[in-house]
Amino acid sequence: MSSLLKFSLFFFLLIFNVSNSFSAEKQEKLLKQSWSFDGFFGKFDRASLQRGYQVYTEVCASCHSMNLLSYRNLSEVGGPSFSEEEVKAIASKVEVLDGPNDSGEMFKRPGKPSDKFASPFANEKAARAANGGAYPPDMSVLVKARAGGPDYIYSILMGYTDKPPKDVKLEDGVYYNKYMPGNKIKMSKPLNQDSVKYSDGTPATEEQLSKDVVTFLTWASEPHLEARKRIGFKTVVYLLILTVLVYLVKKKIWLRVEPKV
Amino acid sequence: MSEKDSNFNQNEIKPVHTNKVGGSPFKGVVGWIDNRLPIIRMFKYEYLDFQVPKNLSYLWSLGGILMICLIFLIVTGLALGMHYKPSSSEAFTSVEKIMRDVNYGWLLRYAHMNFASFFFIAVYIHIFRGLYYGSYKEPRQLMWLIGIVIFFMMMATAFLGYTLPWGQMSYWGATVITNLFSAVPLVGEGIVTWLWGDYAVGDSTLNRFYVLHWLLAFGILGIVIFHVIALHIVGSNNPSGIEPVDTRDTVSFAPFTTSKDLFAMLIFLLAFVLITMYAPNYLGHPDNYIPADPLITPAHIVPEWYFLPFYAILRSIPDKLLGVIAMVSSIAVLGLLPWLDLSKVRSSVFRPVWKQFVFLFVLDFFVLMYVGGMPAEGIYVLISRVGTVYWFLFFLVIAPLVSLTEKPLPMPKSIHEYEDWKKQGKIKTFKIF
Repeated sequence: MSSLLKFSLFFFLLIFNVSNSFSAEKQEKLLKQSWSFDGFFGKFDRASLQRGYQVYTEVCASCHSMNLLSYRNLSEVGGPSFSEEEVKAIASKVEVLDGPNDSGEMFKRPGKPSDKFASPFANEKAARAANGGAYPPDMSVLVKARAGGPDYIYSILMGYTDKPPKDVKLEDGVYYNKYMPGNKIKMSKPLNQDSVKYSDGTPATEEQLSKDVVTFLTWASEPHLEARKRIGFKTVVYLLILTVLVYLVKKKIWLRVEPKV
Repeated sequence: MSEKDSNFNQNEIKPVHTNKVGGSPFKGVVGWIDNRLPIIRMFKYEYLDFQVPKNLSYLWSLGGILMICLIFLIVTGLALGMHYKPSSSEAFTSVEKIMRDVNYGWLLRYAHMNFASFFFIAVYIHIFRGLYYGSYKEPRQLMWLIGIVIFFMMMATAFLGYTLPWGQMSYWGATVITNLFSAVPLVGEGIVTWLWGDYAVGDSTLNRFYVLHWLLAFGILGIVIFHVIALHIVGSNNPSGIEPVDTRDTVSFAPFTTSKDLFAMLIFLLAFVLITMYAPNYLGHPDNYIPADPLITPAHIVPEWYFLPFYAILRSIPDKLLGVIAMVSSIAVLGLLPWLDLSKVRSSVFRPVWKQFVFLFVLDFFVLMYVGGMPAEGIYVLISRVGTVYWFLFFLVIAPLVSLTEKPLPMPKSIHEYEDWKKQGKIKTFKIF
């Protein structure tokens, strides 16, 4: 490499470092967690998914919709693995507006597994009215819609501080969060110690609640994650073997052109 | 041309050959078909016996890889198109339905998405190869020009495809890019409205973008066929830049090139599978999982990574019209290269000065890509301007100047002599594998 090239490489690295220190000034580093679904063989922790669903229904669902999910998804492979009976029971607790029936009237009926998750609000306007103008985002693909994914959501849940820094002024209904871009969030601290009573006896600490609900939300936004990683691994192994074989074939064929040794 | 008149002169008696049956090298049923439809012998001549320089490096495998990318994109796109709904109210949910409820829909969609990115990775290496080894020079100028047309079409297709999921980046990307046409004097606003089919990006825009995405995809396939036909007329360039003379310089396409290209394709596929199966959204933007909302502008509107260098050039110029002109000409200027680079030597291996500027150009590409993804403020504006200046300087000034003043290194007479020189260490080559 010539000096010209070395100089330009140095220049490039310089820009990189300078700009990184620029962008790093405001944003707090996310709390990195080791998730069960990380890595090559990542799988969702079933118990955590089921607990996470409980946290979602008992806490999040009072404001956040999950329009893309149906109750039947809860019993599907790779998910929380509730039994079909359990899912029927879960769905039937919800009242669904259906119709019109033969006499042209809308009617209410208990939910079925094929129904979408019930929304807390009739529409966006109603949601905003009930939340001081803020619209609680739909949670179906929330994990994929935020840079940092699961770690970001976890950090937000754990990022509330009792007393904001002195120089920060908060209006009514606005809360301080270390990890929210701009540090201001309109959602009050959603999860506290024992917000939910777990039936399996797991202590409901803030960390545990957050971890469980984030696991559930990750599954919701990527329901085929397990299949993807499983098929991915098989494909990689297959391709590796094939690549080695093809390489050997290629080598043998090319011996006819360049007989070495 | 001298026979032009006589062709129309029906009074002159000449033998005619309307029946061209025959000439097949095959026997039996294959021969019978080939005598009547000579595609089997064409395949034999062009893909089995076709002579290729024997010193091609793996950089020459990208052409085949690009073909595979295009075919995979069309096949996965076909399957996705059967489930997708191009309407502003249904697009986002129909994509999610593909991801959730369609059998292996998630695989199709992630593969399609990432193949687009890998298509660009491959095409950038492919263009670099052409630049470094002077593949744009006589007699391959037309191939190079066709290649630039393909690249423009790829960019259009990728842009149109990115709007289809109708997420926030889809919507705002479409808004920003289509608005560029408003910079055209006098008719700009009219063009934008015409493109949108409405007075804002909306349902009708999405619908036509979907149709155009399909149309251009097959358009690319068509032009690619021209690119390949031209290749089979002019033959492949090679790292030495010297034309093959005899069979000591070449190998037949099968099994030599095919086995080598297959290996390269598998390496490429491995990288693709790793990204698609373990970090499928790594090359995308999280905001595109937020449904399009015309009332909320994202904090930073950024295009897909492969547009970033050109986006940086666009933003480096404060005037909108000039910015658009700079962006378009930054690619179009590639088409002038065969006539700006006057050096008779093709390969940069023998061009010590030009080689440095080519590497610097590659660096410039990455620097522009980097600043294209950053907010247009402070130091980034300055860097993108320096980068833009070098981009045009490289083609318009450096290429002719270097080609006139540079003294090329001593060159071997043939490819097999080149190979010998390489073994003796007389030539320093650029190796990536």
